[in-house]
Amino acid sequence: MQYTLIALVEDKPGVLNRVASLFRRRNFNIESLAVGRTEKPGVSRMTIVTNCENDVDARKIEAHLYKLVNVIDVQDVTRQPSVTRDLALIKVKATPEQRSEINNLAAIFRARIVDVAPDSVIVEATGTEDKVEGMIELLRPIGILEMVRTGQVAMTRGEHSGIRRTPGANGNGWHAEEFVPVGAD
Amino acid sequence: MKISGAEILWECLTREGVEVVFGYPGGANMPIYDAMLSYPVHHVLVRHEQGAAHMADGYARASGKVGVAMATSGPGATNLVTGIATAMMDSSPIVCITGQVHAHLLGGDAFQETDVAGITLPITKHNYLVTSADEIAEVVREAFYIARSGRPGPVLIDICKNAQIEQTEFTYPEEVKLPGYQPPSHAPKADLQKAVKLIENAERPVILCGHGVMMSGAEEVLQHFAIKTNTPVAMTLLGLGAFPASHELSLGMMGMHGEAHCNLAIQNADLLLAFGMRFDDRVTGTLNTYAPGAKKIHIDIDPSEIHKNVKADVPLVGDLKTVVTDLIPMVDEYEHEEWMKQIREWKADGDARSIMSWPDDGKLHVSHLVHDLWEATEGGAIVTTDVGQHQMWTAQYYFMEKPKRWLSSGGAGTMGFGLPSAIGAWFANKNEEVWTVVGDGGFQMTQAELSTAAQEGANVKIAIMNNNFLGMVRQWQEFFFEKRYSAVNMRTPDFVKIAEAHGIPARLVTKPEEVQDAIAFARDTPGPVLLEFRVEQEEAVYPMVPTGAALDQMLRRPVRTAVEKE
Repeated sequence: MQYTLIALVEDKPGVLNRVASLFRRRNFNIESLAVGRTEKPGVSRMTIVTNCENDVDARKIEAHLYKLVNVIDVQDVTRQPSVTRDLALIKVKATPEQRSEINNLAAIFRARIVDVAPDSVIVEATGTEDKVEGMIELLRPIGILEMVRTGQVAMTRGEHSGIRRTPGANGNGWHAEEFVPVGAD
Repeated sequence: MKISGAEILWECLTREGVEVVFGYPGGANMPIYDAMLSYPVHHVLVRHEQGAAHMADGYARASGKVGVAMATSGPGATNLVTGIATAMMDSSPIVCITGQVHAHLLGGDAFQETDVAGITLPITKHNYLVTSADEIAEVVREAFYIARSGRPGPVLIDICKNAQIEQTEFTYPEEVKLPGYQPPSHAPKADLQKAVKLIENAERPVILCGHGVMMSGAEEVLQHFAIKTNTPVAMTLLGLGAFPASHELSLGMMGMHGEAHCNLAIQNADLLLAFGMRFDDRVTGTLNTYAPGAKKIHIDIDPSEIHKNVKADVPLVGDLKTVVTDLIPMVDEYEHEEWMKQIREWKADGDARSIMSWPDDGKLHVSHLVHDLWEATEGGAIVTTDVGQHQMWTAQYYFMEKPKRWLSSGGAGTMGFGLPSAIGAWFANKNEEVWTVVGDGGFQMTQAELSTAAQEGANVKIAIMNNNFLGMVRQWQEFFFEKRYSAVNMRTPDFVKIAEAHGIPARLVTKPEEVQDAIAFARDTPGPVLLEFRVEQEEAVYPMVPTGAALDQMLRRPVRTAVEKE
């Protein structure tokens, strides 16, 4: 199952390396990772999407992230009411006759055509990962020449600012009923 | 007034209370070594940088203070790596300071340039690359704070040569500003109450204590808690000394080579109280058969240890000393008489099988030697070891009464740790008796530090248990590879001559009747002394929990041994 974690980190050299190294060292996979500045100077924000077997593994990642000195806060927003968005630029082979078909598809997905060349167009699609995937599947038969995606960014809904540490991220009060020890069959 | 970055470094180190530094100079840290001459710090010139890291580690473990190791860039720094990884696995607070090429050369493959910050990233608690003198004061302050607080660990500071030379204003930072680093101290009251409920209802409780007891300084509160609740105490390899071995509640060491009665107690317990330990695979056996009937209370300062290997019914994240202190007034005195009786029965069976009940067969056995050493030193020495059979026998037979006297590489299992860590421990406690018990294999890995010991006059006694084998690997080959011995037979040099070449008094011991005299000779001779014991070659450490077995499925010393005795 996919888990989405948000980490606020100090904007210092090598911090991205520390986070990426942690995933490698602890044998977890990063599905996508998006990093950027925040409203606070000196603080960057990472949205990390990772594939974990269960909540226990997700919490392990959270606890390990929390241990990095440059990580200020971590929140698992997988089950939080939140907005997640992925942006894709998709270059599609398009003869002048095919452009209207692509235009129609784009309209359905509220995507935009942001570049037109004699034999191709670039479509910009924004939305949840599912929506972007759906768009890609429909464009694929037409002929995708090139594609780039930002990876997901996420923000919880509601008026509080910044992120709130998941209850138990520091280990207290966290109980996993379905916990299966390593090596158990 | 402006001073150089190198001077700022020493200003900060002396303010951290650093009195001794273990290191090796080279091109990229020469300004640091030049500035050192103006400061009241003793520098120990090691023979290999691995030795410097282990000495800093031994110093830290024996003193509870932060140990400091120094090396130059490139190979100097990479030689520290094994020592840093050792300190990381055992949560030992050391600060390593390495020289680096000029900042403007970084990334250009300059002479002796290595990406040390990159290499040490996964084996340090935190690390720094310093490119200008302005950063040094803040970084050093943070590094020491991070190394010793929370779950302690190694911190590396890689300082570019230009940063060492540049002149800048020095102001010592009054406080450390680390927004993302706030080690927990108290555990929530509600969780403490949950723990108390489990403790109240337990009939067969066992406390498991680890290195965290020492790290937190929780030895006294642990004793208070164990005695008040009448709960037996098992120790991990690194937890030895946390609770006095002679106490009736002590179960001794748990795990792969732990006491049989200790492992049986854990497997049959209905409550485990894990105090600053991390359920390493060497103490649990297979996890799905581990302590099946026991609820678990896990106290640790590191949240990532909670549920990592074993599910905790009540996790208490916080400083062990603080948490146990909070718990003590919440618990009552309990009787566990039946449980203690059962444990005493298991223990009697183990005592009958012990090699200590063997008659004298004219050969040297490591367990007997360790016992003799324990008697001669009245159990009061600081003892360090390498890794392998001798380490397990020393853990089993040198009964530790006090904390911070048992120094061994647990998590990393680093051969070569014994001698340098003993030298470091001696610098931490010059009035204490320091022994290192090593094997013939491990000793040769850091044998070069004999020269350091001689130069420093380090009062360290070296006992080499020479069986001409890499004993633990040999034992595994005997048990699990049909005795097909592969690359374990080792022709050793004449260790006595090697010692004498360094001006270190030494003796060879081959017979049991020579043992006591040799130990007395070592104790009575000031400075380093080496004793080489030619021990029984093919002996196995028992009990042993084979990999893949449950903790109570131990290979026991054959019963006929006990019969033979009669």
